[in-house]
Amino acid sequence: MNDFEFLKNRNLQTDRNFASQPYWAGVFKRFFAKKRPVIGLMIVSVILLLAVIGPMVSGYSYREISSVINPETGKQVVARGISPRIPWLHSLLGKEPYTDFFAEKTFLFGTDDLGRDLWTRTWYGARVSLLIAFVTIFIDVIIGMTFGLISGYFGGVVDAIMQRFVEVANSVPRLVIVSVLAIFMPKGIGLVIVALLLTEWIGMSKIARAEMLKIKELEYILASRTLGAGNFNIIFKDVLPNTIGPIITQVMFSIPTAIFTEAFLSFVGVGIMLPQCSVGSLIEDGFNNITTLPYQIIPPILVLAFMMLGFNFIGDGLREALAPKLEDM
Amino acid sequence: MKRYVIKRVLSALLTLLLITFLLFLLVRIMPGNPFPSERMTAEAIEKKRAEMGLNDPILVQFFHYMSKVLKGDFGKGTSLYYGAPIHTVLKKCLSNSFKIGGIAILLGTFVGLLLGIVAALNRDRFWDVFCSVFSILGVCVPAYVFLIFLQYTFSYKLTLLPYFFDSTDFLRSTIIPSVSMSLFTMSTVARFTRNEMVEVSDSDYVLLAEAKGMYGAKLITRHVLRNALIPVVTVLAPLVVDLLTGALVVEKIYGIQGIGKLMVDAISGEGIDYNYVLALGILYSAMYIGIMLVVDLLYGLLDPRIRISAKGGDNG
Repeated sequence: MNDFEFLKNRNLQTDRNFASQPYWAGVFKRFFAKKRPVIGLMIVSVILLLAVIGPMVSGYSYREISSVINPETGKQVVARGISPRIPWLHSLLGKEPYTDFFAEKTFLFGTDDLGRDLWTRTWYGARVSLLIAFVTIFIDVIIGMTFGLISGYFGGVVDAIMQRFVEVANSVPRLVIVSVLAIFMPKGIGLVIVALLLTEWIGMSKIARAEMLKIKELEYILASRTLGAGNFNIIFKDVLPNTIGPIITQVMFSIPTAIFTEAFLSFVGVGIMLPQCSVGSLIEDGFNNITTLPYQIIPPILVLAFMMLGFNFIGDGLREALAPKLEDM
Repeated sequence: MKRYVIKRVLSALLTLLLITFLLFLLVRIMPGNPFPSERMTAEAIEKKRAEMGLNDPILVQFFHYMSKVLKGDFGKGTSLYYGAPIHTVLKKCLSNSFKIGGIAILLGTFVGLLLGIVAALNRDRFWDVFCSVFSILGVCVPAYVFLIFLQYTFSYKLTLLPYFFDSTDFLRSTIIPSVSMSLFTMSTVARFTRNEMVEVSDSDYVLLAEAKGMYGAKLITRHVLRNALIPVVTVLAPLVVDLLTGALVVEKIYGIQGIGKLMVDAISGEGIDYNYVLALGILYSAMYIGIMLVVDLLYGLLDPRIRISAKGGDNG
């Protein structure tokens, strides 16, 4: 017998942590290795799915007031303030069907004080929030990132002027901007988007600038310049791909803020206008009827809260996955 | 340090002046006419305009406006509280907002700090889990939702507390708004304190202090907490501004006569009250810039490293 022998039938473990793997494969793996980001992704996907198909499957439109004809009197009866109900489930559990005029109708979240289906309206409102989320991504990337990268890259006078501008823009509270805008523009979703356009890029521009300052002194940039690359090329082809981690993280974190802002503005009454609705305006409706129809406020609040939860979890997960600390690897 | 302070103060004042001018300009170039034109002849309007100084160059108008503002006179509202001078309305609203916001800040900071410290000391045990669940909740649910919930349960169902704000019953009617406003601050502070404390506790210099025989409260307060608190101060700053300037919706829902409600009233009614928008815009910006300035300076006091580096070069 030898002193040494080869291990047999044993899975020799490769060092997965430090073995060469593409950056994005690593990000992918780290992102899905944790529970929270996966939960967040699931929540956001479910909300996205329901926002797309929810209003379609209900059979009502967001502005339609449900009503039936009373067979005895021949008059219209409007489905005002009906609590959530699913007829087949009710007859299954309660052994007896609904007996009122709306016995055949399904209102998953009930109806509001005017007789509109809340299920449809809630998911319609979620669409608005998701629209805001996409607009934010657009603003962050197009305005914030470009501004920050350019400011950081050129430095000197350009940077000084651009940073003064950021400082001024950053010192005006968001509500002041909204209120001044409200003088110039009709209230509505356009106002919300313009307000976000004016404020939401600032955080991103700071991150992009900081990254640019860090990277532009590196030698590969010098090499690139020596080989004759122009400014545009250096900024967007050489530096940008290396700043992508912090930028994606910042985008994910600014989405919940933007959704919150929209909900808040709609709640206050300068956001979305009737008969359209968003999560914020639905919460306001629910609040106005809270003593008579208390169930009405619950669905929009839950949708808003879950949306926040989902995006925050994804943001946290991405931050850790894109810029792992050594001990996490 | 002195040079740094002077530089920061001057730049803050300059920014504020610039913002005030921009706001003034925007409000002044508004389309529209301050006089009912059907009832006045063209000459009368012209005379009135000249009287009010509306024909002067915009810089002269701005100078007149600013000299009044510095004396505390913001003019009168155009549609809101018709006839009452803005500064008397503002004074009343400010005091309400500051009182409730102040209580909310104190509550949020103290409970948040406590929760964060307790969570960090009991890592991965009950309080830590509680802290993380609580901070998720606080970040995901807006303050006004908490307010509606508290109002519904404690005022409407249980009738323990007043349903709306009542300045004659200040103490009892402050509970609901200040608690609901403080929750966001509380959860943010708790989360940051916890994370920072955990990070600092793992650092080498804390290990060294422990190796030298330091333990317990002395170690926590002197070495861990002091370093952990520096980042917390930065996140606290914008929260303080938000709370002091009134959580708008909270004030609107709970019927508090504060500046937040005033702002919402000024923009969300039928006509937008320009003078109030202008006055409140200046006020908000001033407070915002002021608090940011204080935090920057405080940061230097708390962290000697910043103080020293500021002395050496100019990184203002």
